[in-house]
Amino acid sequence: MAIGLHDSTIQNPVIRWVDQRLPVFTMMQKEYGTFPTPRNFNYFWNFGALAMVTLMIMIATGIFLAMNYTPHTAYAFDSVERIMRDVNYGWLIRYVHMNGASMFFIVVFVHIWRGMYYGSYKAPRELLWILGVVIFLLMMATAFMGYVLPWGQMSFWGATVITNLFSAFPIVGESIVTWLWGGFSVDNPTLNRFFSLHYLLPFVIAGVVFLHVAALHITGSNNPLGIDPKGPQDTLPFHPYYTAKDSVGLIVYFIVFAFLVFFMPNYLGHPDNYIPANPLVTPAHIVPEWYFLPFYAILRAVPDKLGGVLLMFGSIAVLFILPWLDTSPVRSMRFRPIAKWALFLWLIAFFVLMWAGGKPAEEPYVTVSRIATAYYFGYFLVILPLLGRLERPLSLPESIAMPVLRGGGPVMAGAAAKPMEKA
Amino acid sequence: MRDLKRGFRNLIGALALGAASLGAVAPTPARAAGEAIVLPDAGFGFAGFFGTFDRGSAQRGLQVYNEVCAACHGLYHLSYRNLVEIGLSEDQARAIAAGVEVRDGPNDMGEMFDRPARLSDRFRRPFANELAARAANNGAYPPDLSVIAKARPNGANYLHALLTGYVDPPAGFTVAEGMHYNAYYPGHQIAMPPILNPDQVTYADGTAATVDQMARDVATFLAWAAEPETEQRRAMGVKMILFLIVLGGLTYAVKRKVWADVKH
Repeated sequence: MAIGLHDSTIQNPVIRWVDQRLPVFTMMQKEYGTFPTPRNFNYFWNFGALAMVTLMIMIATGIFLAMNYTPHTAYAFDSVERIMRDVNYGWLIRYVHMNGASMFFIVVFVHIWRGMYYGSYKAPRELLWILGVVIFLLMMATAFMGYVLPWGQMSFWGATVITNLFSAFPIVGESIVTWLWGGFSVDNPTLNRFFSLHYLLPFVIAGVVFLHVAALHITGSNNPLGIDPKGPQDTLPFHPYYTAKDSVGLIVYFIVFAFLVFFMPNYLGHPDNYIPANPLVTPAHIVPEWYFLPFYAILRAVPDKLGGVLLMFGSIAVLFILPWLDTSPVRSMRFRPIAKWALFLWLIAFFVLMWAGGKPAEEPYVTVSRIATAYYFGYFLVILPLLGRLERPLSLPESIAMPVLRGGGPVMAGAAAKPMEKA
Repeated sequence: MRDLKRGFRNLIGALALGAASLGAVAPTPARAAGEAIVLPDAGFGFAGFFGTFDRGSAQRGLQVYNEVCAACHGLYHLSYRNLVEIGLSEDQARAIAAGVEVRDGPNDMGEMFDRPARLSDRFRRPFANELAARAANNGAYPPDLSVIAKARPNGANYLHALLTGYVDPPAGFTVAEGMHYNAYYPGHQIAMPPILNPDQVTYADGTAATVDQMARDVATFLAWAAEPETEQRRAMGVKMILFLIVLGGLTYAVKRKVWADVKH
């Protein structure tokens, strides 16, 4: 890049002055204004924007909660109840934050699944995908530590169970757990560091989100057909087309979000977390938050502790190498008649694990978890590598615009759109 | 129109995934150990999405709490000033507070002293600490009731069922020394004795103080105490969602207009 003032095209003299010295306005115009975006996105492509908005909501509400929260075992529970009662609209801020975590995971689960269905992880977007998995991992760590902060029974015992997982590692395990706790049990030092990290990690997430978006803007977006745009007829400027479309999805999302917050704010939580933490009383069933249940089920599906821990971490780790496990050059499942159903089955296995994870560790739930776990990994490690060689994909359209504009002349949009509806 | 339909189908597809993940966790609260205890539905008016607290019932429940429960159970997260929210006048709330001695201090001499409670005081804790509570209750710890209605699955119905659930144990069931059989308590052995008896309290409004009535009233009061923001929250929710629906309609119209010249 040449040294010297940026050659700004902006008319307004003040903004131009800034833009010449720091071309953020040019950048915004390039990345969010004229950015060429495939013209055929469906509403699944809203979820990246939804996740971004949710991150901002979580940080904003979290900052105000932190102003009124006391990270001490003797005061944490009471300070949260004080927020609910005596802080102006504290109940609103807290319920938005609490349910925001659930909404965040719903959005990110859909976003990840969108990537799996339309092959968004494949070349050249491997690094984009990997950064996404990093964000997902950071989210899980942040959510876990956030759940500990109200210092209820599930906070305490969830923290105890999850941190204890590290004791499964031979030799260093016990030392790691002591180091994580800052002592010999989950106690005040644990709560303090979890609060500190819970405040820190969202900003780390924001940083990785920046990289995720930067990488996206190098490769450009994938699309429901999974084929590359071949020219201007295949794309639309991001603004106003996708700003308008994202806005529609955002409002629908807010309606669902508002319904949870205003009418069933505790539906996704566990009643036991309104019982103050008591190290001497173990709850009958210790269950993590709902979004961890699939991974919790995988953990419990293995009779060996270390094996369970490794498999649980493996269930996320396998996502990192997904771009290389899937050997098919065809991105979109629309054109993969067998893989499509294999992926739908994987989705069912995921929900089965979520359901089984919330049940006690007894039959028949253990067997069900084992079958679903086997399929969860089988899809990634066996089915995808093999299908790339065995499956005969359907023929791909020549371009994104082709199915829409074929035949020329004044074709009705609806009639011409037929081939795209195959999926 | 077809375009509209297709747009909605995609949107609904995307929503369905989200809804499915909500649905998969629907049975979350129902994780009772061993046998499942089915709580009878007491038919509380505040239970629905638009329900409100019956002020008369909540006030009677306050009376039950004050005259019966307060001997052992705290209500620490509430202050006496909160009582105006269930329809008491400020003077009535002040009078209730004045009837309770709370510990304050230290004074100029460095000594703690007792004084009548003010509106700004938290509800008095019946015991100095957990050990004192256990010592006075045969080893059992009566929990604070501030958030009890949301600390138990199906809280209000549970409280009503528990307070009316003292029955004779089934044949062959041995109740331990100092414990009491309750049909709705997990494990059925509860340290709390059947504390409500007919006409235990005398209601000022003339309502007959049956055990069921008192249980219903105190459950209503405690449901309010656990979530005093409920009515404000629901009212705001209705406004918020109506607003979002209108905004969503406008946004969708804008989207249609923007996309009108694009074949897709």
